[in-house]
Parts: sequence; structure tokens; C-alpha cells
Amino acid sequence: MAWDLKSDRPIYAQLVEILQRQIVSGHYSPGERLPSVRELAEEAAVNPNTMQKAFAELERGGLIQTQRTNGRTVTENQELIEELRRKLAKQHVGVFLDKMQALGYTVPAIEGLLEETLREREVSI
Amino acid sequence: MSELLEFVNLSKTYDKRYYAVNHLNATIPKGKIIGLLGPNGSGKTTLIKMINGLLVPTEGAVLLGGLEPCPETKARIAYLPDRSYLDPHQKVEQILEFFGDFYENFSREKALNLLAGLGIDPSVKLSTLSKGNREKVQLILVMSRQADLYVLDEPIAGVDPAARDYILKTIIGNYNPEASVLISTHLISDIENVLDEVIFLRHGQLVLYTSVDNIREQHGKSVDAYFREVFAC
Repeated sequence: MAWDLKSDRPIYAQLVEILQRQIVSGHYSPGERLPSVRELAEEAAVNPNTMQKAFAELERGGLIQTQRTNGRTVTENQELIEELRRKLAKQHVGVFLDKMQALGYTVPAIEGLLEETLREREVSI
Repeated sequence: MSELLEFVNLSKTYDKRYYAVNHLNATIPKGKIIGLLGPNGSGKTTLIKMINGLLVPTEGAVLLGGLEPCPETKARIAYLPDRSYLDPHQKVEQILEFFGDFYENFSREKALNLLAGLGIDPSVKLSTLSKGNREKVQLILVMSRQADLYVLDEPIAGVDPAARDYILKTIIGNYNPEASVLISTHLISDIENVLDEVIFLRHGQLVLYTSVDNIREQHGKSVDAYFREVFAC
């Protein structure tokens, strides 16, 4: 199954985001060896050079490392992963707040609705 | 980035006045997958035929590694034409032999592996295969050559979306960073994620030669959407 890529943004930037999510969510765990550029390019159905560019970007940020003998691995630096997780989560919250405000919700109303929804979920679980 | 293919003031006229390819200048480096895009009649197939030495330029030249089309360049280019030239009454295995006789850089083993992956029995006649499978066999033949340049003229036209995905995967999976792939198509949205760069042709002239991500960054839209804008009637 090819990765779900949007058509209006650079492909490499979307690959970076998907790989970041996979690392943060533990799909690839700290220290784990990543598939080769070609394997991942085939999986995502994208150009290998574009995948290479995404890897280079992740490497610059320290999230993945090139081992001389063992291909590429995810960083073992948990702090770095945690920091990224927080950054991604904050982005989601930001998008959520923008959308709620566009619907005309004030901050207290959003808080109220959030608590209500959480309670409903607990009941249903 | 070292250059692989060069168009130098390249022109082809039909009837001495109609320019199918009009003073084209461009250089294609190694290691790229490039889309050759343009509406019908923009000169894509004429250009491809000149690259392969099937048409002679009226003016200018096309150079592969500095050489004009000759047996040596033909040995280094793997070409998938827009129509089949294979004998449909031959068995797939006979066609493999035919390719092996013609091209020193053809890997029979690789072709057999790819056929096995598709579940195509090499002992059947080409004519018994579906249209989609015939197209796949032809692509397999071309991609099983160890070439410097792969030239694919409309490789995904007329096959179903699953076959298209297979064809694109085969192109990615057999991609060699020392070689380049030139793909002509007007099914842009299906193919743009596998392209590094795109060449837009109109009336035989180069309109644009840039990277896919450049178009997306600068215009905030896909190559497909941008193409529709540039070539809007």
C-alpha cells in the first residue's frame, strides 16, 4: 500500500513527517535499523532520490543515524524523540484550537466540550 | 552531477515547415527519473525517436555521453516504444532468447524473476496474455537490461490502476543510481510521486525543466494541476 501523500506539498517534506510519526509512535523503536532507501521508496511508491532527501533531513535533525556497517538506525536518544512527540502533539492541538475557534467556540466552551467528550468516551469504553 | 544525455539545438521538421521538435536545448544528468510531459502533438514521441536513432534530426544533435546515435548508444539505451514490436505468436521464453541475442546487457535471470513475481508462465504465447500482462512483459524486458538510460514511451497508458502501480514499483525497484529513466506520459498524477524532475514540452519547445518538489513549493499544487494550468486550452 503506497503512503498517503497530498498533492499540493513537496513530497520529501511529507515523507519526513510520516517517518517522524512512525518513529514517535514506536513503529520504529529507538536504535532499530531502518529499511533501505530503496525498500522504503518502493513501499511508499516514491522516487528513491526523494526518500534519500527525507532521510538526509531526518539525519540533520539527529533523529536517525547512519552506521558505517549497519545501514541507518533510529536514534537511541529518548529525549530527542520525546521532544519531537511533544512538538507534533502541540501542532495537532494548535490545529484543533483553530478549527474550534472557527466554529465560534470560546476557550472555556472548548474546555467544557473536551471534558464532556472525554467522559462520554470513558463510558463507552 | 555528470551529464548523460544532451539535446543541442535539436530540431525535427516534417514537410520542411512544421516543427515537431523546435531548437531544443537541455541536459539530462545521471541518476534521475524524469517525466517528459506535454499535450498530444507536443513532440514527445518525435524526441524519443531521435534519442533512439529512429529519426534523424533536421538540425542540431542528440548526444548520449557525447555520442550521436550509433550502435554503441543503442546498446546503452533500453527503449520501450509506444507500441509493441514483438511477435504475438512467440512464447514469452522465445522472446527472452530474442532479447538475449540482441542485447549483451540483458539479464535473462532478472527477467525470469520478475515474470515469476507476476505469475506469468514463460512457456505461454504472448498473444494469450491480457493487454495489461503484455505491457508488463514488455516493461520487464526493457528493465532487465543493464542500461545507462531507460526511455519509456507511455508505459502506463491503457492498463488498469493495479497494473500501473506494479509498473511504477518495477521502475523504482530496478532503478540504478548510475542510470536515468525518461518517461513520457500524460497520466501525470499517477506518476508524479516517482519523478525527480519534469520536462514540459509545447509545440516541440521546452517550456519548463524543473523538479517536482520545486513546482509544489513554488506553486503549492501538484505537477498535474500545474500542467493543466500551463496547458489550459
